[in-house]
This record gives sequence, C-alpha cells and structure tokens, in this order.
Amino acid sequence: MTLTQRDIDQEIAAEHAAYDKRVADGAPREHHPRRDYAPYRSSTLRHPGQPLVAIDVSKDPELVELSSPAFGERDITEIDNDLTRQHTGEPIGERITVSGRLLDRDGRPVRGQLVEIWQANSAGRYAHRREQHDAPLDPNFTGVGRTLTDTEGRYSFTTVQPGPYPWRNHLNAWRPAHIHFSVFGAAFTQRLVTQMYFPNDPLFPYDPILQSVTDDAARQRLIATYDHDLSVPEFSLGYHWDIVLDGPHATWLEEGR
Amino acid sequence: MTRIDPDRPETVRPTPSQTVGPFYGHALPFPGGGDIAPLGHPDTVTLQGYVLDGAGDPLPDALLELWGADPQGRVPRTDGAMRRDPATGGFLGRNGVEFTGFGRVQTDANGHWYARTLRPGARGRSAPYLSVCVFARGLLHHLYTRIYLPGDEAALAADPLLSRVDPERRATLIAVEEHPAAYRFDIRLQGEGETVFLEYQ
Ligand SMILES: [Fe+3]
Repeated sequence: MTLTQRDIDQEIAAEHAAYDKRVADGAPREHHPRRDYAPYRSSTLRHPGQPLVAIDVSKDPELVELSSPAFGERDITEIDNDLTRQHTGEPIGERITVSGRLLDRDGRPVRGQLVEIWQANSAGRYAHRREQHDAPLDPNFTGVGRTLTDTEGRYSFTTVQPGPYPWRNHLNAWRPAHIHFSVFGAAFTQRLVTQMYFPNDPLFPYDPILQSVTDDAARQRLIATYDHDLSVPEFSLGYHWDIVLDGPHATWLEEGR
Repeated sequence: MTRIDPDRPETVRPTPSQTVGPFYGHALPFPGGGDIAPLGHPDTVTLQGYVLDGAGDPLPDALLELWGADPQGRVPRTDGAMRRDPATGGFLGRNGVEFTGFGRVQTDANGHWYARTLRPGARGRSAPYLSVCVFARGLLHHLYTRIYLPGDEAALAADPLLSRVDPERRATLIAVEEHPAAYRFDIRLQGEGETVFLEYQ
C-alpha cells in the first residue's frame, strides 16, 4: 500500500487544522516543528514519547550549555563561503548570492560564529554516495560551504541555485529547492539546524518537511527574500535571509575566570 | 518576512528548526571530530555507544555533538577543532595539543559512535557532565541530553537535574563504566529505556 501525495496532503491539512484549533483555544504559537509530525514518515520511530525535561537556565549561570564552542579563522579558509570556486571548473547552474544576519532572540547580532551550509547541485543531486536520485553529478560542485559571521552578525555565500529533488517519503514526493544551514549561537542552547527555501516555489504545499512548521508565520520565516541590491551585476542573483536563534542565552558576556 | 529589523521586536521571531536530513556527510563531520582530548592527556576518557530508534534498530545516520568543560570545570575558549588547510581546502584536523571541548561524530553503519575527550570538571552545583546534541534524519528538531560519568555518587545525588528526573529514567543520563576511563552511553530516541531529553528555558 503505497502512500500517495493525496494521503499526505490530507495528513498535512489535518495537522494544520489541529494546530489552528489549539491556538484558537489559547495554546501558545509554536515556532518549531513537533518532532512527532506523522506526514514526515522518518519521524515515526525517531521522536521521543516522553515529555522533555525542562531546565531553567536562570537558576544556574554556570551551566556549560550557556556557553558555546569557539570557532576562528583557523577553522575556515578564505573561499569556504564560495561554493563555485572549490573545483578547477565552474559548476553548472544559476549563480546566487545568499546573505543575511545571525541574531539572537533579543535581536542582537551573533558575532564570529560558525555557519555551515550544504545543498544539492543545480540538477537536484547531492554529492553523497547514499543518494540514489539519478540526476547528474557535477564534478565542479560538492555543495558545501562554511563561514564565520562578522561583527554585525552578517554571513554571505556564493553558490548555485539548488534543484528540487525526489525522495521516498511517499509516491511522487519532491523536496522544494533548499539550502541546509547549521549555525551556532553564543550558547549551546541556541544551536540550530534548518533549511532555507526560495520564494514562490510551487512545491511548498506538498512538502511534509516544510509543512511540519504548522504556524503559517513561522513557516514564512524559512523562505528567503529576493533582493535585487544583493544581485551582483553580470554574475549572480541575490537572496536575503536573516536567522534568529531561539533558546536562552547568558545575559553576562564573559565569566571572570 | 525574512528581513529582521531588530528595532521592531515583533519581527524578531525564531527561525524554525528543520531536519538535518541524510546528506550532511560532506558538510558537518570532520576528521578527528571525536578525538577531542589532546594526545596523551592523563584525564582522557573514552565514550562509546549506539543510537537506537523506537524499534530498537540502530541509526546509521545520526550525528552527535559533544560539548564539555575541561577537567578544572572551565569552559574552553579555544577554536581550531576543525582546522582547515588553506592550500588544499581540506581539513588539517586538531593539532593534538589544544582542547576545544567540542566534538562532532557520526554513527557508523551499525549505529555506533565513539569519542575521546577529557573528563569534565564540575561547574556550579552540577555534577560533571558533557552536553550532547543529537541530530538525525527523521528528527525535525535536534534533541539535547547529558552524559554524566559514574563514580562520585554524592555529586550525582546532589545534581539539580538528576535529583529531579523520574528515578526510573535517571540511569539513562549516566554512562556505564566498562573499563577504567572507558564508558558506554546508548541513546534511545523512543520507547523502552528512552533517554531523558532536555529543553532549556
Ligand atoms: Fe536536502
């Protein structure tokens, strides 16, 4: 019994309606997906059944989770944020520039922290051995980048527009084009791994991973904005995407020892 | 939308989490990711275990991050865990001398992981522990847990978290000593023996 897109569409609609009802009944808005989001079938056996145990960080400023690993100039090379220059030739595809700021929940810039990205090539193929999609590999594109945020929390990558790709969640499942992001904050509690999407992708309503964010406004925050000022003449199209880290952080800056 | 204006707090809303997916392999793991302890350091401990799903099957595609204090309980401020080679663009790896406190390991095809790090020292009122962040395909939002090391029962009994969790589940947070300074810590995402996972508020 193969699941069809229609089956998944119905599940997505039911989850969305259930969320809207919870909010209408006074439940708080949810910024993140629930881990037990059934339309994404891989989640079925991989989410905890017990509630998470809450830790109030204000009770103990010494928690190691209130600090974060340090990364520095040694951990990146100068062109790690340019995915089009990692091989001898040019990758195939439309060049894009993706730029934005990394902020904490109070809107303060997160400085000098590591941002890592990975993505499919312009044909929708990952340079990963386990990837079974038969779209062509691009010998000039691995699809991996990293950078450190600057003093204003800014990051910038040059890459090519990733293609959408099929996967096996259900029959005719396609992921909208996206770039995976991994970011660190000032505290380990702010760790975030997410995906950035491109405006107006017709695949949005069909994708259980994007739709796992059931709050409409929160889901919009995963979609970059086309920004003509970021487009580089004769070179690339620009997308702007700001990232806000959730999770508590220390209100003090340095410990005195 | 995705342009945040810090002067308008109503636009400062968290970016939602999404799964790490199955294809992070070229991006996130790095050589020596689990070799956190400087070479030959006398306070080195070995940690290893499996990551298991709700059916008891191992995850061949989980990614763990470890973050811990040094043996004196100090937070490392040292970068260089994933030093890069400017000539080749490859990884140089750690220098074997400095302690960054940060590790990143993938499970192998058997769902097994290992790391060598320094025995963490105590901080504040907590017993010594390592913070762990779990990522995997199928996990829409990462999970935090802690690895406490056995031995000092008084410190464990006084720990603010351990003294609060369901006694039946407390053991899921404490590694098992298999040899001197060698510990086993399995992570069960769901079902019987489910690991205690944490959220910070
Ligand atoms: Fe992907």
